[in-house]
Amino acid sequence: MKPSKHSRNRRIANSLVAGAGVLGVVALSGCAAETGKSGGSDEVTITVPSWVGAQANAEVAKVILEDELDVKKVNLKTMDEPIAWDALNNGKADAILEDWDGQPEKQKLYLDDGKGGKANEDKHVVKGGDLGVVGHIGWFIPKYYADKHPEAKTYEGLNKLAKDFKTSESGDKGEFLGAAPSYTTYDEYLIKNHKLNFKVKETGNEAAQIKEIQQKYKNKQPFITYWWDPQWLNNDVELVEVKLPEFKEGCNEPAAKTECGYANTPLQKYLNEDFAKNGGDAAEFLKNFKWTTEQQNEVAKWIAKDKMSGEQAAKKWVKENKDVWQAWLPKK
Amino acid sequence: MSTTTPALDKADTPGTTPGVPQAPGPLARLAANPKALLLIAALLLAVVSAVVSGSGVWPEGLTFDLRTPLTELNQWLVENRESHWIFLYFLLHISNTAESSVDLVVTLLESLGFIGVTVLAVLLAWYAGGAGLHRRALRTAGTALVTFLVIGLLGMWEPAMETLGLMVICVIASALVGLVLGLVAGLSDRGERVLRPVFDTMQVLPAFSYLLPFVLIFDVGVPAAFAATVIYAAPPMARLTALGLRGADPVALEASRSLGATPWQQLKTARIPLARRQMFLGLNQTIMMCLSMVVLASMIGAPGLGEEIFRALSILDIGQSLGAGIAIVLIAVWFDRTTAAAGDRLDDPAAVRSTGGSLIQGGVVVVGTAVAAVVGSAIGRVEWPDEWVVSISGPVNSATAWIEDELGSGIPVIGGTLTWASGFANYVINPMRDALQATPWWAILVLGGVLAYLAGRWRAAVTTVLALGVIGGMGLWTRSMDTLSQVIAALVLTLILGFAIGILAARVDWLDRAIRPVLDTMQTMPQFIYLIPMVALFMGGRFAGVAAAVIYALPAVVRITDQGIRSINPAALEAARSLGATTGQQLRQVQIPLARKSLLLAVNQGVVLVLSMVVIAGMIGGGALGVDVVKGLAKGDLGLGMTAGIAIVCLGILLDRVSQPGAEAKRGVS
Repeated sequence: MKPSKHSRNRRIANSLVAGAGVLGVVALSGCAAETGKSGGSDEVTITVPSWVGAQANAEVAKVILEDELDVKKVNLKTMDEPIAWDALNNGKADAILEDWDGQPEKQKLYLDDGKGGKANEDKHVVKGGDLGVVGHIGWFIPKYYADKHPEAKTYEGLNKLAKDFKTSESGDKGEFLGAAPSYTTYDEYLIKNHKLNFKVKETGNEAAQIKEIQQKYKNKQPFITYWWDPQWLNNDVELVEVKLPEFKEGCNEPAAKTECGYANTPLQKYLNEDFAKNGGDAAEFLKNFKWTTEQQNEVAKWIAKDKMSGEQAAKKWVKENKDVWQAWLPKK
Repeated sequence: MSTTTPALDKADTPGTTPGVPQAPGPLARLAANPKALLLIAALLLAVVSAVVSGSGVWPEGLTFDLRTPLTELNQWLVENRESHWIFLYFLLHISNTAESSVDLVVTLLESLGFIGVTVLAVLLAWYAGGAGLHRRALRTAGTALVTFLVIGLLGMWEPAMETLGLMVICVIASALVGLVLGLVAGLSDRGERVLRPVFDTMQVLPAFSYLLPFVLIFDVGVPAAFAATVIYAAPPMARLTALGLRGADPVALEASRSLGATPWQQLKTARIPLARRQMFLGLNQTIMMCLSMVVLASMIGAPGLGEEIFRALSILDIGQSLGAGIAIVLIAVWFDRTTAAAGDRLDDPAAVRSTGGSLIQGGVVVVGTAVAAVVGSAIGRVEWPDEWVVSISGPVNSATAWIEDELGSGIPVIGGTLTWASGFANYVINPMRDALQATPWWAILVLGGVLAYLAGRWRAAVTTVLALGVIGGMGLWTRSMDTLSQVIAALVLTLILGFAIGILAARVDWLDRAIRPVLDTMQTMPQFIYLIPMVALFMGGRFAGVAAAVIYALPAVVRITDQGIRSINPAALEAARSLGATTGQQLRQVQIPLARKSLLLAVNQGVVLVLSMVVIAGMIGGGALGVDVVKGLAKGDLGLGMTAGIAIVCLGILLDRVSQPGAEAKRGVS
């Protein structure tokens, strides 16, 4: 008897499934796969977090590395902080140029403290020195509002004025402009733990937050925002900090219990261990890289406000500030 | 359908005089319609319970903790990604192969130089269009030429090559995966039963929700982008392959069987050739989906044009993003025309040539490309020259700045974009959100279940209730209701605008012709390009997301409405006209009722598209759950991102089930 249509089809289908299975097993039993690491010093990978200030560091470093130190290719990889730490530890990236000390868990996991021993065996991140810029995060209100309501300069006083900050997004509470999702923030917990009558509005990214601040500033509307320095916009708008309880070491751990404000952070550079050791001139240069808040802001403003490409802005700065960066080159 | 409310029926009743036997009143008619009664009962329940209790919080006791195990899994993966056997012997093979093949293609494209690549693209298009000097061949070749020249002029050459490199590998992989799955579903009934619901579900999930699981496994980078793209883009190929195999002419199959062909021979010589047309259509759709996903996957580390847009989004540079957006649209057009031309030729008996001729033409493609590449490197022009780049970024940005400054607020009478945004949030989104959040969870469960039951019987009802249960169980009830309120607001706007434009376009021919290319372009623009101008106009947040969603979903709704109304039987319309019906009457009483199935399909499509956009708006602070996904990705907090992703998936399934237009309408259009 002829096999029915169905059984024929089933046979084909079964063969297909079996075939796929065999392929899978072959892939499984094959040799072990390589685990990728980045190459030597003709190629350098720098992580770039999402704020413009940090982009300025990376773009300037790239231009000097490629034009002055003959590094063949500098990759700038856009990565948020936690992922950048992973990448630095497993060798997919070589350098973080601006770290705001917002990743205590990752530091514990990856940072080699230089003391050697078993504890440091699997840790492949080493310190790369100060960037030269001191970072500060805080809550800020516009000066025109602070002048009219001096009591708003402390968080308790501000809370009484919460209704001034009401918008369609915050309902019957005051609106608090939040930071981009990847930034280090304790605002939600601060608001909750101090029982403040505010609601965080997610702004999505730095540029959107800046746009909102610019708009409100132009219309002289009151606003309260998560904000930081260095930041190029600080040259264009006058903001006043709202006093939060003082920062003490460890007061923001665990995050959900935080009642204190933010610390002053001397921004740090971190390097992959292997790159720091064998990276030659490139690694030496990145360790020496150190500039001021004003210098960083200048480049950042060209990129963000004047819409220059990162490369153009960096080239312009490098051309105009030869004496500054010459000091960063490795001594021959 | 149950949605006929008493208010609509009232118009016919008032003129009736007592004594004359009258049509049953609206209430009586309603009572005779159990479906409507059921719906109204559920609505009443929801409203009354909302008013009485005033809070719809999901009970703590009914939640389960998914975040902790997910966070632990993530930690484990970070630590073991380079050492555990499942990576060493399996997953890393996939990721290394993907990465090196993409590198290979990109290097190849780079070494061909811009002249070589352009010539290759033109010759390929020419070959697909039938070669020779036919009009079709020349036209597709012309499209290719324009595409690549404009990409170069816009300064997008390098990222475009990176995108193409990733595309080529992704298309090959998803076509193969789709083919195998399609063969299984097309040949085995059991395979069909298992796979079909999976494909159906995959089709309604927002692209966004595919990203996270692959980041978890592969880390950020090309392999994760590759895997997400392949999984996202394979279903159309599989679905249409299966459809083609099942739809084959039984006579032809019988003939081949009676000639004693073995099942394999039969498959090769009869079934696949007969399904070729459908398979080509599937390939075309797969390519388009690959392109859109490759762009979105820049969020998880895919290089190329998507990354340009992603970066432009982070500095709100509309000019830069527009350049990349145009490049993507052009690539889409080139792919579409080329594969469509190749597909058309399958049906064209005149195009069947001797293999010799096709060999010669293939030779022309290879030799032409090689010559162009050699010429390019000989004259020292491998990269697109910088001085040939025309920057559109400046003028576009100044235009945007003007709009922002002038249209933001303070325009007499109409207010301005910012005023609209806060008005819409205050009077539409907020009340809707508050209502959803005030309604007790069990009342929403009942309401969702009833809606789904009316649309698709028990199976849909159970799925819907389960989806809601998972959302609540994960502790994301409030967040999800927030998202849902934005989706509903956007959907209502989309439908009002979409039906209006669609109906107009169906009646006015020149309008139809004028908007067609606009709709095509809008549908190929990558999703998140719409977000950037929305931030400029509406300052981010929920309304910006809703507006982007409306713009994104509008083309599909307009198109389906337009086609639905145009495809109704002309005789019915003629009859109405000869009876002296006015234009409005024709529309209300003939065209819309007859096109109802299309309109319902438009609703379903609209829901799916709106949801996918609303969650992407998380990047600009909208879309509640979307923000959580973006946060999860950015902070490496996969526990947060994944649970939000799962909730989005549940919302997608739920919205699809309650808006299913019923089986027969769906078959008619797909």
